Amino acid sequence: MSLTLFLILCLNGLQYGLLLFLIAAGLTLVFGVMGFINLAHGVQYMVGAYLVFAFTGLTGSFWLALVLSLIAALMIGLLMEYAVFRHLYARPHLDQVLATFGIIIFLNELAKVLFGPATLSIDTPELLSGSIQITEQLRYPVYRLATIGAGLVVAVGLFITISYTRTGMLIRAGSTTPEMVSALGVNITQLFRIVFGVGAMLAGFAGVIAAPLFAIEPGMGDNLLIVAFVVIIIGGVGSIGGAFLAAILVGLIDTLGRSLVTELLGLAVDASMANQIGPALASMLIYILMAAILVFRPKGLWPAKGVA
Amino acid sequence: MKPKLKTATAAVISMLMGTTAVAEGLKIGVVVTLSGPPAALGQQIVDGFQLALEQKGGKLGGQAVELIVEDDELKPDVALLKATSLIERDEVDIVVGTVFSNMLQAIFKPIVESETFLISPNAGPSTFAGRNCNPYFFVTSYQNNQNAEVSGMVANEEGFENVFVMAPNYQAGRDNVEGFSKTFKGNVTDVVFTPLGHQDFSAELARMSTSDADAVFTFMPGGMGVRLVGQFNDAGLKDSMKFMSVFTTDETTLPGQKDAAVGFLAAGNWAPDMANDANTAFVSAFEAKYGYIPGGYAMQAYDTANLIDSAVAATGGSLEDKDAFRAALKAADFTSVRGEFSFNKNHYPVQDFHALTIVKRDDGKFHTSFVRTVVEDYADSFASECQM
Amino acid sequence: MDRGLVIGGVIFAFLLAMPVLLPIVGAEYLTGLLIKAMLLAIAAISLDLIIGHGGMVSLGHAAFIGVGAYTTAIGLQSGIEEIFVLLAITLGATGAIALVTGILALRTSGVYFLMITLAFGQMIYFTLTSLAAYGGDDGLTLWSLATLFGSDIVQDGRGLFFFVFAALLLTWIGVWRVSQSRFGRVLRAARDNPQRAEVMGYPVARYQLIAYVIAACIAGVSGLLLVQYAEFVSPSIAAWQRSGDLIVAIVLGGLGSRNGALLGAFFIVIMEEFLSSFLHEWRLIYGPLLVLLVLFAKGGLNDLLQPTSREAS
Repeated sequence: MSLTLFLILCLNGLQYGLLLFLIAAGLTLVFGVMGFINLAHGVQYMVGAYLVFAFTGLTGSFWLALVLSLIAALMIGLLMEYAVFRHLYARPHLDQVLATFGIIIFLNELAKVLFGPATLSIDTPELLSGSIQITEQLRYPVYRLATIGAGLVVAVGLFITISYTRTGMLIRAGSTTPEMVSALGVNITQLFRIVFGVGAMLAGFAGVIAAPLFAIEPGMGDNLLIVAFVVIIIGGVGSIGGAFLAAILVGLIDTLGRSLVTELLGLAVDASMANQIGPALASMLIYILMAAILVFRPKGLWPAKGVA
Repeated sequence: MKPKLKTATAAVISMLMGTTAVAEGLKIGVVVTLSGPPAALGQQIVDGFQLALEQKGGKLGGQAVELIVEDDELKPDVALLKATSLIERDEVDIVVGTVFSNMLQAIFKPIVESETFLISPNAGPSTFAGRNCNPYFFVTSYQNNQNAEVSGMVANEEGFENVFVMAPNYQAGRDNVEGFSKTFKGNVTDVVFTPLGHQDFSAELARMSTSDADAVFTFMPGGMGVRLVGQFNDAGLKDSMKFMSVFTTDETTLPGQKDAAVGFLAAGNWAPDMANDANTAFVSAFEAKYGYIPGGYAMQAYDTANLIDSAVAATGGSLEDKDAFRAALKAADFTSVRGEFSFNKNHYPVQDFHALTIVKRDDGKFHTSFVRTVVEDYADSFASECQM
Repeated sequence: MDRGLVIGGVIFAFLLAMPVLLPIVGAEYLTGLLIKAMLLAIAAISLDLIIGHGGMVSLGHAAFIGVGAYTTAIGLQSGIEEIFVLLAITLGATGAIALVTGILALRTSGVYFLMITLAFGQMIYFTLTSLAAYGGDDGLTLWSLATLFGSDIVQDGRGLFFFVFAALLLTWIGVWRVSQSRFGRVLRAARDNPQRAEVMGYPVARYQLIAYVIAACIAGVSGLLLVQYAEFVSPSIAAWQRSGDLIVAIVLGGLGSRNGALLGAFFIVIMEEFLSSFLHEWRLIYGPLLVLLVLFAKGGLNDLLQPTSREAS
């Protein structure tokens, strides 16, 4: 294993982690602040990818499509909140699970009907389409570095908003003692709606920036949703900082694991055995991590203060 | 879906009549994957089969054909349910399917046990080629390992000494790696298994760049192949190593890969530009009707329909005598668009395999192109275990 | 007379009549569909024991179906064909795995319990995909099936139908009796207020663990029967989406009620078959239908039929 390879794996892990963070951020706030389990959050990621595909086709410009997609993702999020989710806040968790599951089924199928079942792709925007020479034979695409940058910028922005603005303060307060915030005369419905809309937009943004890198296909958000749940559990429900650290951790472990576990196993057992067990074990790593954390630190690694 | 609606109506009618109508004509069920990313593969099979059917005026072997197309959704339990309803509800005479080996595994037993003929237009797992070969099962494509075995021969002929091998981590991926290693005489520098549905190949590309290999051999069907070829190109590896693959750069993925794949090597039993009259006629008719260049999937389905046509004609339009129909299928008395074609004793094909390359046609479309024949009358290595 | 019992009785009588009725209307092919629905119902009823009565929401229940199915398949591959021997092995394997994972998982509760059971479920799923000797991701076709005292009566058609029917009936009666016993009352007490149940001197954790193991064992049995029906096994039966389907079935049917899981399972299978028979894009209807059912039928399907069932639980 060369140093270059390790470096590239770390960059990929970081990139994956930041993508996870964009999804997990909304999820952890919606869950932490409103106690609402929104399975349909992952589908917002798919919506973002399809939106940017459609708008790029219409406008011919990735950047214009990016802006339009974000607006559209926000609108779709607010619409879903208005039409369905607000009726479910006071309902048991399992009702929320069932209703949002229904929405996943509907939107996945709708994407298939509108855009066809095949894998779609869009080109990386012209401005970021180059690549940087890393070794003699190998180049690393600029676009990937740009997504890492964008993810970090959003993370910092979110952190500042939560820590230093009035809305952020209310969100923090709302996630720990919602009754108190409500009793103080804050319009909690309004607050919920803002959190929800922003969360949906962030997941949509993740879909937009992932679109030129990965395949756009129906159901692309489903597995990512589960991993995002793993992230918020590891990080501690309702905690943005926790979600960030956990997302990076999960991103790195998963990416490094997929490349290294088989190789490390190869040192212990013979190669064909390692090839059989390695990939399965690598896929399990994040679940093993989560189970271990839940057994020893049931509230996650960096829980939001005061979460009961 | 229309065909389904039709059978549902037919079922209702036969229910009302209180009896199942005596089968006049031929009922053929097709089980392929028509949803999710691999839907394009299943669609090629449906298109290829329907083209042949249409050319024969909706009849095969003189019998009017009712075609019932079912989508297995790439889920074993769905495939099984669809297959059993084809046998029990629709009482089909022949089932054509599937695209993927694991779907074939799921539907295989109930179909052959009901003594219905099952013809695979694509999946050719080793499972049913050897000890578990079956009198009711035929394959018109290839045995899964063969393309990779031929790739190993191509690598020998091209003089590659060090080859980097990569495949997704599932049965077909492992079969392909095994097939390649079996015939390749040089040194395999690395064997890398990626997760199925892998999207990001940058780590693997980094390993390739430091491996000192002359060439990479891979099997990355569908969307994985589109991504890999693009990223291979972006990483600038095209200049330093050769790219050799099976089911990675074919007519289903080339529209997404475009120029990035031109010049890449492949191996297979056919290419759209193979020069024989039947093939030229097939490709031009197919393009005229569906507007895209057919791939191996469409070709094999087209051959399957023609095979059925020849067998039904040989038995005088009747499938009553299963032994006679089996013998007629086994005779493979039809003109395959790939040239020579016959069945081995395990009902898998014996055919020529060729080295192929990717070219851009004058009209800007991409396809695989015939280079040379590597091995003639090539049979799979499992047939000897088949007691049939 | 208890209305729940009547509704359940009607469903079972209806099922029992099917092998006679279906051939008359020429729809014998629906037998397979009914077996599929009954197998889903068995697993759903078992899950309702821990979710509905115990308040322990598990998202790893399908993994136990997978364990049961693979134990059976491996048993068959090694030449064990007697169904009751396979049953014993299956119960042993699922029970043992449930015991270990249950002890760890029950250190948590609520949504954390859901996530840790998901984690264990995924570990089991990925383990199954790595069993190359038994087909890996592609799964395994079973060439020989289980026999009942040496007879092949339970291998297909009516014999298998009645065998699965008997298993479903036993599960339905058994789980309800367990839930109405003192054991079940303690479970519900712990669901509603764990501290109080603890203070009252009940060994809550042990009761919950026992319920978890019982539910897993029943799911394992449905795995065994699934192999017998499908003659094929693949890791996809243990995927987390399948666990999700089970939760959907019991929430849809009505949690902790006598017939909820049964109704939910049959509703899902029948709706899927019915909707998909006239619309390929049937999920466009099915998805919103679930949303509407949540919004407007709060106690699930069971409550629509039997509006007073809440007091019963």
